[in-house]
Amino acid sequence: MLKDQDRIFTNIYGLEDVSLAGARKRGDWDNTKKLIELGRDTIIDQVKASGLRGRGGAGFSTGMKWSFMPKEVGERPHYLVINADEGEPGTCKDREIMRNDPHKLIEGALVACFAMQAHAAYCYVRGEFFRETEALQRAVDEAYESGLIGDNACGTGWKFDFYIHRGMGAYICGEESALIESLEGKKGQPRMKPPFPANVGAWGCPTTVNNVESIAVVPEILRRGPEWFAALGRPNNTGTKLFNISGHVNKPCTVEEEMGIPLKELIERHAGGVRGGWDNLLAIIPGGASVPLLTKEMSSTVLMDFDSLREVRSGLGTAAVMVMDKSTDIIRAITRLSRFYMHESCGQCTPCREGSGWMWRMMERVCAGDATPNEITLLEEVTKQVEGHTICALGDAAAWPIQGLIRQFRPLMEERGAGQQPAAAE
Amino acid sequence: MSDTPETFVFTKENDALAKATIAKYPEGRERSAVMPLLDIAQRQNGGWLPMPAIEYVADYLNMPAIRVLEVASFYTMYNLKPIGEHFVQVCTNLPCWLNGSDNIMHACKKNLGIKTGETTEDGKFTLVEAECLGACVNAPMMQIDDDYYEDLDSETTARILDELRAGKQPKTGSQLDRYTCEPLGGLTSLTHQEPLRAQKVSEKGKTDA
Repeated sequence: MLKDQDRIFTNIYGLEDVSLAGARKRGDWDNTKKLIELGRDTIIDQVKASGLRGRGGAGFSTGMKWSFMPKEVGERPHYLVINADEGEPGTCKDREIMRNDPHKLIEGALVACFAMQAHAAYCYVRGEFFRETEALQRAVDEAYESGLIGDNACGTGWKFDFYIHRGMGAYICGEESALIESLEGKKGQPRMKPPFPANVGAWGCPTTVNNVESIAVVPEILRRGPEWFAALGRPNNTGTKLFNISGHVNKPCTVEEEMGIPLKELIERHAGGVRGGWDNLLAIIPGGASVPLLTKEMSSTVLMDFDSLREVRSGLGTAAVMVMDKSTDIIRAITRLSRFYMHESCGQCTPCREGSGWMWRMMERVCAGDATPNEITLLEEVTKQVEGHTICALGDAAAWPIQGLIRQFRPLMEERGAGQQPAAAE
Repeated sequence: MSDTPETFVFTKENDALAKATIAKYPEGRERSAVMPLLDIAQRQNGGWLPMPAIEYVADYLNMPAIRVLEVASFYTMYNLKPIGEHFVQVCTNLPCWLNGSDNIMHACKKNLGIKTGETTEDGKFTLVEAECLGACVNAPMMQIDDDYYEDLDSETTARILDELRAGKQPKTGSQLDRYTCEPLGGLTSLTHQEPLRAQKVSEKGKTDA
């Protein structure tokens, strides 16, 4: 288990003073000038060396991403855009950073901006997080008043501004190019890549989009050294991670743990175990709605990191663990997710626009016991026609939960079609 | 509920707020302010956007009205029809559903006497179903206006609605003995903060009683 002294988010529950004074007591903004004086190349090298992989779901090396930005600033200014459009069902970690540990995010943004030669960060917060936006804005105001950010951030001579842009209720804006479109005042519809944002991003300028958690852990990594972060977890899956454990557990909660913690240990140690005991477990979705589910058997041994979950054909995603016990109508559960993707499809690509609705209607048929085995096969084929055939990953995200269900629970789906309704709780 | 106004102009305060908002974006990129400006307009107009407000924002930003309407109709938080004084959004996505959001929805319908998507006759409440609102370890939950109400059951849901109806401000956040997203009953990490937690939870209970 991760020791408290290795935890980065030491006020994640908001129990201590959230203000700048409190944050300083916890070590935030402690000689930030020294971090800046490491210099651009060293900062990027150290972030690379820490092994930090993006915490928004894709798990791409954060340091590597930063190094894609142009080395010299040309006519177009550089920007950092922070993705706080937290909307993946099951995920509620960035919310806690913004309202309880906001100074880590602002300090991280300054360091990241300096490393990428950007003078401004835009933090795109989902619109429903109104109180969280207020809390973050309070922290930003404090940082300006204390000279930590602004024209001469932390006395470094670097000009740095932090702006909040509120979303207005569109899951798709969590996709980085849709987010950029939205920031530009348009409908949030993903862009074709290339060009990648590091070349043509916000307002046509070089831009890096990072998740809140990825940015917020950077100052601590630089202070303690990349070796410290890299020594936690497993090779290629280093550091600590915020986990959200929801659903059928005795004590749902958010907790920071070491990457690679066994899923079973995570649930039993922090979330009070599965309701009715581990043997009452049916399935777990380990990384937000978009990743395929795990059976009890898989859940009993899998480690919570990018590579371990990929090996079992699922994913760490946002590390939002949704637990379902045996009372769950698992087909109904996945159908609910299908409806979500239909609702959130931006409508740009035909396979996703039409496919997400079609898949949901088919799932409703399976749910109701109206689907024949052939229809289940057809449904699986259609998920593969949607997957990989759209501009962004929402098409994949709509396909994967259904594929996971068919892979693990096909007999149950067929049984229901045969008119043998299993006992369902909901 | 308000009828469609024939004209719309920002109040003096909102005009200043709009100008400060535009200044957050790079020069020549004023259009980026369309979302916040629509939000300011919606708040001024009792929670929904009539066409005159959309046209006003378009003029304000020197944008074609169709581009602004496109934005207003794409994002779900803009209401293009009037809503009640309190906008009740019950999350029914997976984590909330697993923890009984059907009961919360039922409690809302019963208490308000309306179906999903409807507004009460007195114009006090509009009830809708929402997609994941991002408070999943505090499920089931609902958002009313700008606040989250978490860890609900049928009774607390009804009580919150009753209090709002009576013009009171209900306790926001978790309705259980929790401060935020920590495990119920005691900390499993950052355990040195446990005395603080116990104190904050009991203080929270006291002030709201």
